[in-house]
Amino acid sequence: MSPPPPPIVNTVNLVKIYQNGGVPVPAVRGVDLQVEAGQFVAVMGPSGSGKSTLVHMIGGLDARTSGEIWLDGRRADTLSESAWALLRRQKIGFVFQFFNLVANMTVADNVELPALLAGASPREARERREYLLGELGLADRADAAPAQLAGGEQQRVALARALANRPSLLLADEPTGNLDSRNTRDVLRLLSEVHRDGQTIIMVTHDARVASLADRVVSLLDGEIVDDGAVGPARRRPRATAGDVVELRG
Amino acid sequence: MRQSLLALLAKEPAHGYELKQALEQIFGSAYPSPNIGQIYVTLSRLEKDGLVRVVDVEQSNRPNKKVYYLTAAGREALDVWVDEPTEGPRVRDEFFMKLVLAPMTGIADRMALISRQRRHYLALMRDLNELAERTDQGNRVALLLIEGAMMHLQADLDWLERCQEDLS
Repeated sequence: MSPPPPPIVNTVNLVKIYQNGGVPVPAVRGVDLQVEAGQFVAVMGPSGSGKSTLVHMIGGLDARTSGEIWLDGRRADTLSESAWALLRRQKIGFVFQFFNLVANMTVADNVELPALLAGASPREARERREYLLGELGLADRADAAPAQLAGGEQQRVALARALANRPSLLLADEPTGNLDSRNTRDVLRLLSEVHRDGQTIIMVTHDARVASLADRVVSLLDGEIVDDGAVGPARRRPRATAGDVVELRG
Repeated sequence: MRQSLLALLAKEPAHGYELKQALEQIFGSAYPSPNIGQIYVTLSRLEKDGLVRVVDVEQSNRPNKKVYYLTAAGREALDVWVDEPTEGPRVRDEFFMKLVLAPMTGIADRMALISRQRRHYLALMRDLNELAERTDQGNRVALLLIEGAMMHLQADLDWLERCQEDLS
């Protein structure tokens, strides 16, 4: 039998300490986290608990203080900045709290660019873009400039861009922070779909609707993992109606 | 159910079965619809309290139909109900009692309680997501009710996080 594939993400005693005017401020304090291919992990916790720092380090956007990061079985924390950039382009999709869209490119070009950079043909990139924008209710915004979009629209474009090259790993930091409930529903549907197709996802979120889609919830407090486990199985109440749920909540 | 029947009768007089149908049509799956027996029991109590009046309407070849009317007292009771503010949701729930009492007696660790409760809330949220998917998208009342339940659950989770920060 061949050995099992390595986890997509493996952190070993990962630590981040910021310096604040000479005072060390620990943000992440010894995190061991393994994420298997295809898993959807929600990272929750109070603000300041180290969630964003953790995800930024896994994506190579923030340098670790100590510890190890392995991506797809390869040591990543020792890579140079340019090697990290290459790895990100090939393997990682990132949705930030702030959208970082390219201002002088259309929405369509913003979304297609990562796929083209990763070697997709123009046609593949266009079809993927059409699919993603369609799922997110943005098909008619393809030719707009990012500045013409509302915050919630920009956030959805950022998600489409992150998924454009079918990355091995999707990292997201509060990807529904600016969305109203209808747009959140579109995002939830797309995330469920790509997850069902095998997309690995690590997502920082306060939004319980999003977190409840995850296979696993990791809770951070003061830079440490205080809980890590599966979301309980949904109770089988196949004939339940909205009225029953409200009774349930008492 | 008393108030919803009074409200329907304020619109027009009706018999029991019509009231049942109207409730089903308005609320869909948002509120489990009462059976016809429950409706007649409630109507006869309302009648005893003087809030509705019943009139027998003769029908050929069938037993008389009982048609219910709202009385002036019924109208007043309905106005009082509509005008008074409705209680907000409870915060002093059973989980909070566990959280405060358990560590004193050494029964359980607070962080373990919070973590378990968080997973439970998320499982409930998953139920609501599935329910929203299954619900007829034209049924605005049911969807709003589900959305309301989601928002309450989100608030419960946020509060759990506050407990975790302050009690750790």
